[in-house]
Amino acid sequence: MANVYDIDLNGSEPALEASDVSVYYGAKQAVQLVSLVVPTKQVVALIGPSGCGKSTLLRCFNRMNDLVAEARVEGRVDFRGQDLYAEGIDPVEVRRRIGMVFQKPNPFPKSIYDNVAFGPKINGFRGNLDELVEESLRQAALWDEVSDRLNDSAYALSGGQQQRLCIARTLAVKPEIVLMDEPASALDPIATQRIEELIYELKKEYTIVIVTHNMQQAARISDFTAFLYMGELIEYGPTETIFTNPREERTEAYVTGRFG
Amino acid sequence: MPQAPRRHFHDDLDTLQERLVEMAGIVERVVRQASQAALERDPTAAETIKDADDRVDELEIEIDERVVELLALQQPMASDLRQIITTNKISNDLERMGDHAVNISSAANRMASMPPLPEIRELAEMSEIVQEMVSDALAAYVSRNAALARMVCITDDKVDDLRRSMYRILVTHMLEDPTRLGGALELLLISQNLERIADLATNVSEDVVFLVEGRTIKHGLGALGPDS
Repeated sequence: MANVYDIDLNGSEPALEASDVSVYYGAKQAVQLVSLVVPTKQVVALIGPSGCGKSTLLRCFNRMNDLVAEARVEGRVDFRGQDLYAEGIDPVEVRRRIGMVFQKPNPFPKSIYDNVAFGPKINGFRGNLDELVEESLRQAALWDEVSDRLNDSAYALSGGQQQRLCIARTLAVKPEIVLMDEPASALDPIATQRIEELIYELKKEYTIVIVTHNMQQAARISDFTAFLYMGELIEYGPTETIFTNPREERTEAYVTGRFG
Repeated sequence: MPQAPRRHFHDDLDTLQERLVEMAGIVERVVRQASQAALERDPTAAETIKDADDRVDELEIEIDERVVELLALQQPMASDLRQIITTNKISNDLERMGDHAVNISSAANRMASMPPLPEIRELAEMSEIVQEMVSDALAAYVSRNAALARMVCITDDKVDDLRRSMYRILVTHMLEDPTRLGGALELLLISQNLERIADLATNVSEDVVFLVEGRTIKHGLGALGPDS
């Protein structure tokens, strides 16, 4: 059975709409008939125990599962009224408009500047590249720390700075949605807090979907929370409701630490 | 670093404090209006005070909701945690003070049509001290002033003494002249409500000490001195 939750979208338009999405790895079904709406310029957190399918579901939102051998996606994911899995849709263009930040910072072995400029360059950007690099680094709250050493190697940065660089790199190609797969799990508490503050700032301009195994982090930063368990969407709703008065017993048990 | 750490959480805490300060302002005003109405046997204040109390009730509910949300979603620590907990308790105390002000103004309204009693100096004194205690307790909260809060706690004994005096005086009036019975009973009710407001101002002050110093001084614990 698909679970569909009618949620009040805080007055926003839907940015992404998943309908009956299932993902199989070979014969194993990792995500089962999930339907949910991601509202525009809101933060949606996907939570659940390890192996519940939250990262797999996230990767459906920009066709990242195309790159996973044996993965097969069924159902629809609508972005601006267009099914991302329809024939003729270019997955590279999908990933430009729906960017992704990964668990481990993965800067290119290039300078700080070139990391940010890389995406716009290969997309044939014709404007002022310096300005775009600065704007992206400012949005990622990194500019003040790197403005005097843009030609240094990205590897010279700390882990937290590298992750913000990766966020700047994602923002440089002007996506509408940013997907984040446990973006702070490899970082120390201070760097984590900076990422959380950054997410709070970014939602003024972007829609964000974040996978986190840290339930408290989901509580702090998201507007809506989806709880997944064994590939199923158990409950989806306003974060406040999920963490203060969830409707489903399994959600209650998970958020109170009684299982998972 | 352009972003202050956890800025949005601290913005939410500021909003919580703003709501409590709004509530405190209204309660301070209605306590003053109710005390004046009692002294002047003014029947007209009751309605205004009732309306203001409705706003106090709304604010209490809003604060309750904000507190639950902050506790559930933000994992507050140390002084942030103490601020949220004390805000919740002070908001309950303020809501009760508002109810007592409504009781006082209703009694003043009923008294207006009864034969007047001779002026009772203790009532004026009591209402003046209670108003001051409420103002000081709230000022102590806003300015995080534990010393001022401790002064409020000490003043509470005076109010208790005055209430006992009022009781004796009013019983004497009732025995001397049964036509004064209704008015005397209303005044007794007023003095009890004033005394409860003073108790609640004391509770608020004890919470302020806890907020500022993290120490519990209620129920005689830790006495009243900062170093005891």
